[in-house]
Amino acid sequence: MDLDVALLSRLQFAFTVSFHIIFPSITIGLATLIAIWEGLWLKTHNPYYLQLAKFWIKPFAITFGMGVVSGIVLSYEFGTNFSRFSEMTGAVLGPLMAYEVLTAFFMEAGFLGVMLFGWQRVGRKLHFFATTVVMVGTWFSAFWIIVANSWMQTPAGYIIVDGHFEVASWMEVIFNPSMPYRLMHMLMASLITATFVVAGISAYYLLKKQHIPFARKGLSMCMWFALVLTPLQAWVGDMHGLNVKEHQPTKLAAIEGIWPAEENNVPLLLFAMPNMATESNDYEIAIPNLGSLLLTHSWDGALQGLKAVPAADRPNVPLVFWSFRVMVGIGFGMICIALLALALRRKERLFESKPLLALVTLFTPSGVIAVLAGWYVVEVGRQPWIVYNLVRTADIVSPLPAERVLFTLIMFVLIYTSLLGVYLYFMRKLIKKGPPTMNALEEQLIGMDAPGYALAWVKNLNQQERGAK
Amino acid sequence: MDLALFYFLLLGFSIFMYVLLDGFDLGIGILYPWFDQDGERDHLMRSISHVWDGNETWLVFGGVMLFAAFPAAYAAITTVFYLPIMLMLFALIFRGVAFEYRFKSDTSRPYWDFAFSAGSAIAAFCQGMLLGSLVQGIPAGSHSLSSLHWLTPFSVLTGFAVMAGYALLAACYLYMKSRGQIQQHAAKLGKYLLMTTLFAMVAVSLWTVISQPAIRDRWFTDNHFLLLSPLPILTFLAALFAWRGLHNHQHESRPFWCAAIIFLLSFAGLVVGLFPYLIPGQLTFMAAASPDSSLYFLLPGVCIFIPLICLYTLWGYRVFSGKVEDYQEGY
Ligand code: HDD
Ligand code: HEM
Ligand code: HEM
Repeated sequence: MDLDVALLSRLQFAFTVSFHIIFPSITIGLATLIAIWEGLWLKTHNPYYLQLAKFWIKPFAITFGMGVVSGIVLSYEFGTNFSRFSEMTGAVLGPLMAYEVLTAFFMEAGFLGVMLFGWQRVGRKLHFFATTVVMVGTWFSAFWIIVANSWMQTPAGYIIVDGHFEVASWMEVIFNPSMPYRLMHMLMASLITATFVVAGISAYYLLKKQHIPFARKGLSMCMWFALVLTPLQAWVGDMHGLNVKEHQPTKLAAIEGIWPAEENNVPLLLFAMPNMATESNDYEIAIPNLGSLLLTHSWDGALQGLKAVPAADRPNVPLVFWSFRVMVGIGFGMICIALLALALRRKERLFESKPLLALVTLFTPSGVIAVLAGWYVVEVGRQPWIVYNLVRTADIVSPLPAERVLFTLIMFVLIYTSLLGVYLYFMRKLIKKGPPTMNALEEQLIGMDAPGYALAWVKNLNQQERGAK
Repeated sequence: MDLALFYFLLLGFSIFMYVLLDGFDLGIGILYPWFDQDGERDHLMRSISHVWDGNETWLVFGGVMLFAAFPAAYAAITTVFYLPIMLMLFALIFRGVAFEYRFKSDTSRPYWDFAFSAGSAIAAFCQGMLLGSLVQGIPAGSHSLSSLHWLTPFSVLTGFAVMAGYALLAACYLYMKSRGQIQQHAAKLGKYLLMTTLFAMVAVSLWTVISQPAIRDRWFTDNHFLLLSPLPILTFLAALFAWRGLHNHQHESRPFWCAAIIFLLSFAGLVVGLFPYLIPGQLTFMAAASPDSSLYFLLPGVCIFIPLICLYTLWGYRVFSGKVEDYQEGY
């Protein structure tokens, strides 16, 4: 069998970037939550906030570490596997990613040390500052990489000189048409992901009747967050979809499973198996005209279908179609949970209702799944273009020997799957161990109120021990 | 000043920062097997667990600077060195996650120790090999993609040389950050490593000069050697100071700074030999540079943020200044 290096490189990139995004989507949100808790603790002196911050900082640390190591791989993969691409677009994407390193990665890394290990070395306010900087760093990082990705989706502000992209207007490159929607949607997705992770673990504790006050505080806060964030996310997602309709009609057709070149009465498909060979949907169950209504806000608004472009210019329709439904399904599931929690809270049964707690526990990883599904819609839906309508993915792959890429792909699969196992194992371990007790927190507080004090105290202890020997 | 030249120097700066900072950090992993189980190794780990992420960010920055300012060089170099780069990345993954998992593990600790130390050593070796094979030049044409041209006796030698150098930095760092038995041990290792590093540097230099006519010409035509002679002379002086510092507890940070100077000088020697090429004999930095619109766009960012980054990095080191203490600190 002949191995196709283009396919292998694409598989490898898809696999490594999918692995990477699992971790940022948790850390961006979790950094924000930790900063909120630490700030609330400084303000109210309620020790439960400190307990929340101090417990969640551990999962945060290991998640962050996984994000860092998997991210470094990506920043080199642009060159190793897509050399033609990096040569063509380096002048546009390079500076954007350089700004990401300058304004985000260094900041995250520089203050992370203090955030994780500096509790006893700097004052409370300064520590809170470090946490905040890490949080802002993760946002900035999202900003720049989303700009880069959005430019590939909806390129603007460029000129092409000798087959290379050059920038005519940086404002247009940065504020390209799809960037604002994608950025909002992604940042909220991270917040939601972290919210449901925290809520899920808290609900699990409540089910097990462990760490009750801690878990109640966590669950209650997160359900408020979810109540605000999830409907907002659906709204932003809807606008995002309208933006796709305008700039990437073929992608939208794949999302909705529309085949005719132009269709006036677009139904909303409840179920369908898009079939790329017959260019139609199998087993369709649909509500007539609802699609037109949702997407064009008129009963028989026209939409462009997949047949409007040659078969070679269409993405993998079933993958886009189903990924979209997974994401939206989870999104509506989350909204239902948030509403249910509100209703139970009214009846003061939020912490007792077993079905709700079980459901929230079940939804712990739902955010991550929705994020992955969302990115598959965006990225697979863009194919066969790497820069939309301008550069084809197949044309820019490095001409490497295929066995070499196969070898690294296998290595990545082996290493990453075992790492994911390790990550989950240690997460479980941290969850089993539970939050630090109030006594432990109080001991640490002594150090925090007088930085340097703890050091002297420990040194003294060491000397006494040595003396005793 | 010429923009492309500015970015060339900036690229040099970021590579040097990476080599210096991640150098001692990877070096700790290389020295790991020479320290006893648990207690001492805990100490070694703890001395860098708050800085490794920042140090590794310079690697990202170096790569991204190459991508942004010299896309043609980034595309060519990363593809041609596909396997050693991937191998380095795999190794960095293992050592990176070991920081988080080692302290939280019970039974699996020996595995994390191994992941940390083997990962660090392999990453350092790959970096040395990359350096060596870049100096030797890339064979032209598509042939370069399918051959193992980067695996030569010379590149293996540079691989080991870089490992020795990183280990030297680490020994000097430990000498500064620890006390008692660990410090003595570090001093002893430091002296061996100083000799090894010097020896390796001489060997690599001679080999380069003999096998690379372009570099030989750069150093030995006209009176170039006289002009450049401060580089080797200062290197030996720095080594001498480092050696003496390893005896003298009055100046515990001196060996580290001397080792840093040794690195700076040899890096300068390398740049002198290669200038103005990014890929020797094939691609100069002028030819690979991005258009001005991109270089200008990046300029304010670089001018504002690089000093800022240096400042808060320094602050971070100050917060954790002093000796490493053996007690559970942090989160
Ligand atoms: C929306 C968020 C987002 C997305 C789409 C990506 N990343 Fe990422 N990345 C982050 C958000 C993030 C982060 C939140 O800043 C991370 C994750 C966890 C962390 O430690 O920092 C990070 C870490 C991280 C690092 C390590 C930084 C360090 O050394 O501290 C690198 C080199 C990259 N990423 C590179 C990439 C590339 C090349 C991507 C695209 C192909 C990418 N990331 C997608
Ligand atoms: C982090 C979330 C992301 C996920 C889960 C993701 C997922 C994917 C997937 C599945 C593909 C393969 C599509 C196909 O070949 O059919 C792909 C391709 C690609 N993506 Fe993304 N992507 C993400 C973010 C980004 C970002 C932020 C960038 C750039 C700045 C990017 C750049 C690319 C490139 C260059 C390709 C081309 C290679 C290829 O076609 O396989 N991606 N991505
Ligand atoms: C509930 C209603 C939702 C709607 C209508 C919606 C809509 C969309 C659309 C249309 C896209 C594709 C944009 C493109 O192809 O360029 C998208 C992408 C995405 N969605 Fe959603 N979404 C919803 C919920 C969610 C939820 C709950 C999450 C995660 C928690 C999520 C995460 C993502 C992500 C990460 C992407 C890719 C990145 C981006 O474009 O921002 N979505 N969404």
